[in-house]
Amino acid sequence: MRTCTPWKRSIGLGMVVGLGALAVAAPAQAETGPTAVNAGDTAWLLASSALVLLMTPALALFYGGMVRTKNVLGTIMQSFFIIGLVSVQWALVGYSLAFAPDIGHFVGGLQWVGLTGVGGEPNADYAATVPHQAFMVFQMMFAVITPALITGGCAERMRFSAFVWFTILWCTLVYDPIAHWVWGMGGWLHDMGALDFAGGTVVHINSGFAALAAAIVMGRRLGYPSEPILPHNLTLTVLGAGVLWFGWFGFNAGSALTSGALAASAFTATHLAAATATVSWCLAEYLGRGKASVLGAASGAVAGLVAITPASGYVGPMAAILIGGGVGFVCYWAVSLKHSFGYDDSLDAFGVHGVGGTFGALATGVFASKAINAAGGNGLLYGNAGQLVTQAIGVVATAVYSFVVTVIILKIVDATVGLRVTEDDEITGLDLSQHGEVGYNL
Amino acid sequence: MKKVEAIIKPFKLDEVKESLSGIGIQGLTVTEVKGFGRQKGHTELYRGAEYVVDFLPKVKLEIMVKDDAVASVVAAIEKAAKTGRIGDGKIFVLPVEEVVRIRTGERGDQAL
Repeated sequence: MRTCTPWKRSIGLGMVVGLGALAVAAPAQAETGPTAVNAGDTAWLLASSALVLLMTPALALFYGGMVRTKNVLGTIMQSFFIIGLVSVQWALVGYSLAFAPDIGHFVGGLQWVGLTGVGGEPNADYAATVPHQAFMVFQMMFAVITPALITGGCAERMRFSAFVWFTILWCTLVYDPIAHWVWGMGGWLHDMGALDFAGGTVVHINSGFAALAAAIVMGRRLGYPSEPILPHNLTLTVLGAGVLWFGWFGFNAGSALTSGALAASAFTATHLAAATATVSWCLAEYLGRGKASVLGAASGAVAGLVAITPASGYVGPMAAILIGGGVGFVCYWAVSLKHSFGYDDSLDAFGVHGVGGTFGALATGVFASKAINAAGGNGLLYGNAGQLVTQAIGVVATAVYSFVVTVIILKIVDATVGLRVTEDDEITGLDLSQHGEVGYNL
Repeated sequence: MKKVEAIIKPFKLDEVKESLSGIGIQGLTVTEVKGFGRQKGHTELYRGAEYVVDFLPKVKLEIMVKDDAVASVVAAIEKAAKTGRIGDGKIFVLPVEEVVRIRTGERGDQAL
């Protein structure tokens, strides 16, 4: 049984679990084979794709507010520009490497390069009720936001040209293979039964460990940690967190690939985890430092969304609350680790996405239930301890591969283009030195 | 002629201005500044990490006055800017050699 794939969970699930209206609507789809496009599913998936797209500019605001005034545009650009760059990479080669017919359980083939054959007919392996192109464009938005998340680990010091080369190489050599492992037909984690509903492993653990590698390889910002380097506009950050939350409904509920009970369940779990983590991060702060901060509330919301991502289609609302409650404390503790270890994960991309993603992947192995999603699996709480082991294998494999290959790519880019801006340019700021403009002319 | 320079808490600016208007002062210059004195800075918390911010925002006023008005101007500022808590600021009085009103070319006390 292909337990790991939400894409495989055809609308037939509606019948399996006997879910009212869906069950009534579903038989026609399930029985007429893979070529039947369902209007509702397609509408929801295209709307979800647009929601996920919006997460990347939202991330630009989330990160942009946390840097200093002189780097606000440079930081925003590292997210916004990626929408252009990675979308093109995805259409040319990325989608094929991630999802085309398997080569050695490691990467997709080149059959779909340039989107050859990716058209209006559904692909039954991934999403039987929507045009193949809708599935491709939905996946494109995930490929876009993942490298953007990494930029939080090495903010305020990366040369723009180095960033462009790094992003192209990283998507091709890291994101596309890992997406194939977990979601592609024949991918080895996919076949092993690892559960990742919407990208906890592929997006968050992957980008989190890459961000850690980037923070270590690139070194600390000038002045860190002896001088205070403070966020310049947390109002932007909170707005960014809010729009991320909004877009995340497309990310998680859209990953049902159908418009029915499973999407509603994932939507509910997503919201409850984010809500609980908002409160729990603030509570951790209040207990630890005596004040609940607004940055803490925004960070908690994002941590909750990260943690519920792999679990969203496999767990119920109460499990979502437990996951959100736990991750607020875990990530609050994790972001303080950087001060002990001395690396400069500037905007806590590792602390939130790497640690939160790992927590979520393991929690999925605890709380997953076939009562929520028959195509999923049972976790530890439902008598299947093996699922937790499978989840841990997925975490370790992704973390190690991502970290090692990211370090190699960074070293190559450093030797050719040069990773860091010059000291003078770093003092001037990325806005003026890299882009010839400033964020604020007040 | 003297220059009275006062560093005060920003939220006291309006009260000080009203108080100075009340004793006939017709012009003053205000600058937003940062600095520290005995009040020191304050602590900010970002994601659990504490940062000491040394320089606090203050407002600096500069007022040019005739010698005989110095005492009343200083008293007016002192009274209006005082909260009794640390960080109320300071007042400096400096000699001024010359004042020119650019529009008319007047000099000295006439230009004030």
